Amino acid sequence: MIKVRDVYFTYPNGIEALRGISLTIHDGEFIAIMGQNGAGKTTLVKHFNGLLKPTRGEVVVDGVSTREVSVAKLARKVGFVFQNPDHQLFCETVEDEVAFALRNFGFAESAIKRRVTWALNLLGVAQYRQTSPFMLSGGERKRVALASVLAWNPKVVILDEPTIGQDHQQKEKLRHFIVQLNAQKKTVIVVTHDVEFVAECNPRVVLMTGGKIVADGGAEEILTNPKLVAQASIVPPQITQIFLGLSDLGLPTNVIDVHEARKILLDLMEVAS
Amino acid sequence: MSVFEGFRFRRVSSVIHRLDPRVKFFYVCVLFVMAVMFSELLPLILLFFVPLPFVLVAGVQREWLRSLRGALFLAVIIFLSNFLFTYFYKQYPRAPSASLLEYSFAMTLRFIVLVGSFSIFFLTTSPDHLGLALEQSHVPYEFCFAFTTAVRFVPVLAEEAQTIMDAQKARGLELERGNFIKRVRNYIPILIPLIVGAIRRSLELAEAMESRAWGASEKRTNLYVLKLRRADYSLALGSVLMLIFAICVRLFLPVPSLTMLVHA
Repeated sequence: MIKVRDVYFTYPNGIEALRGISLTIHDGEFIAIMGQNGAGKTTLVKHFNGLLKPTRGEVVVDGVSTREVSVAKLARKVGFVFQNPDHQLFCETVEDEVAFALRNFGFAESAIKRRVTWALNLLGVAQYRQTSPFMLSGGERKRVALASVLAWNPKVVILDEPTIGQDHQQKEKLRHFIVQLNAQKKTVIVVTHDVEFVAECNPRVVLMTGGKIVADGGAEEILTNPKLVAQASIVPPQITQIFLGLSDLGLPTNVIDVHEARKILLDLMEVAS
Repeated sequence: MSVFEGFRFRRVSSVIHRLDPRVKFFYVCVLFVMAVMFSELLPLILLFFVPLPFVLVAGVQREWLRSLRGALFLAVIIFLSNFLFTYFYKQYPRAPSASLLEYSFAMTLRFIVLVGSFSIFFLTTSPDHLGLALEQSHVPYEFCFAFTTAVRFVPVLAEEAQTIMDAQKARGLELERGNFIKRVRNYIPILIPLIVGAIRRSLELAEAMESRAWGASEKRTNLYVLKLRRADYSLALGSVLMLIFAICVRLFLPVPSLTMLVHA
């Protein structure tokens, strides 16, 4: 679906943000792109819908090079939810906000109505249909922004730092929601620092530092490798840290899931007693 | 966003950067007054070249040209509106004459000279210096602070505008699509989040500053104090002479138009 071939990208101010990135993302995959601030995560995903074009190398989406099509054309396939919802909300009502992209893509009015209702219900913000998006709380604005992207049902959904500013309950809802999206065969790409969130979702993890990919593999494999995560200025999930710390007692070091950890500990206690 | 780029200060050191901002501002104002004094093409062409050595010595030619390029769109509008309005306003036979063209071109050049001269000022003056200059000119500190903060926020806003544009493009907005009116309307989804964001940010800044006891002491002292040096005096003198010369020309010399020169 998305093929990144040896991509370099330099911003006009001379900062080289991507240095030789190669990556293949298949249909229906769930990927978390992780790394410290300034690692080039957002720069990389901005290449997937053509907002940025590579300085060198090539990004191919659905068989077409991003250089050859407009952002609007690519956006129809690749939905991008920005980190800060305030960068896109501008309409008088939540309903208009969600309909904005659909009108840009030339959907018929009847289809727009149907899809807006569907997206608002999906994100649980249907009660705010006639409210101004500026009156909503931060979390609600974030959900409206997400609804405004999902409304046109893109094949790929990119979420830039979706967990920032969300309470635990909202995060949990978001996780369920992402898993659900992925189950519907959508490709989901999440850019995040949130190790705990990634550990619970257990996706494929792409780890970046200094504009390069330093690791690519399962969440379990990458998040339990202390050297690797330290390189990207993140720490393993808390449960992994406990298990790593107690590895002398014979505990496995590749645990990221709390439920799995509980089971292992219960088994151990049973053996001990 | 290239217009903003042309007004963004970069920390470089040159003779021009080290000049006293008050004197530099005076020089820019003299350029401004001269540009407004003349509506003929010839003196405006001359005026266009006056700040060039300044730009070259400061080494900001690239940024300066970028600011001019950014002003091009408005320049075209100014040219067209001058041309059309003067054309329809005329009583005698309406024909697009050479002098009408020259006049419209002169008005456009006047605008470019103004943009260019202010761009030099902002390109070579750090916001800190600007604030100091205002304070030492006895402007109340609150106003100085508001002004320097506004100047500092220009690049921040430019960056934010870029992110907003990306966010809306990602939702299928095509800025370049449609006729002129549609294109202007295309910018509404960019401007509203930008303005709302700026207001929100300024409120947050005010709160943050008040919680850090802003304005607690009445008397403020500064670490750095601006002092006029020899280069500053020479620039001030040069500017005054330039202004006197321009006034004399305006009052006592008939300025020929280009069309007249060609016909003579």
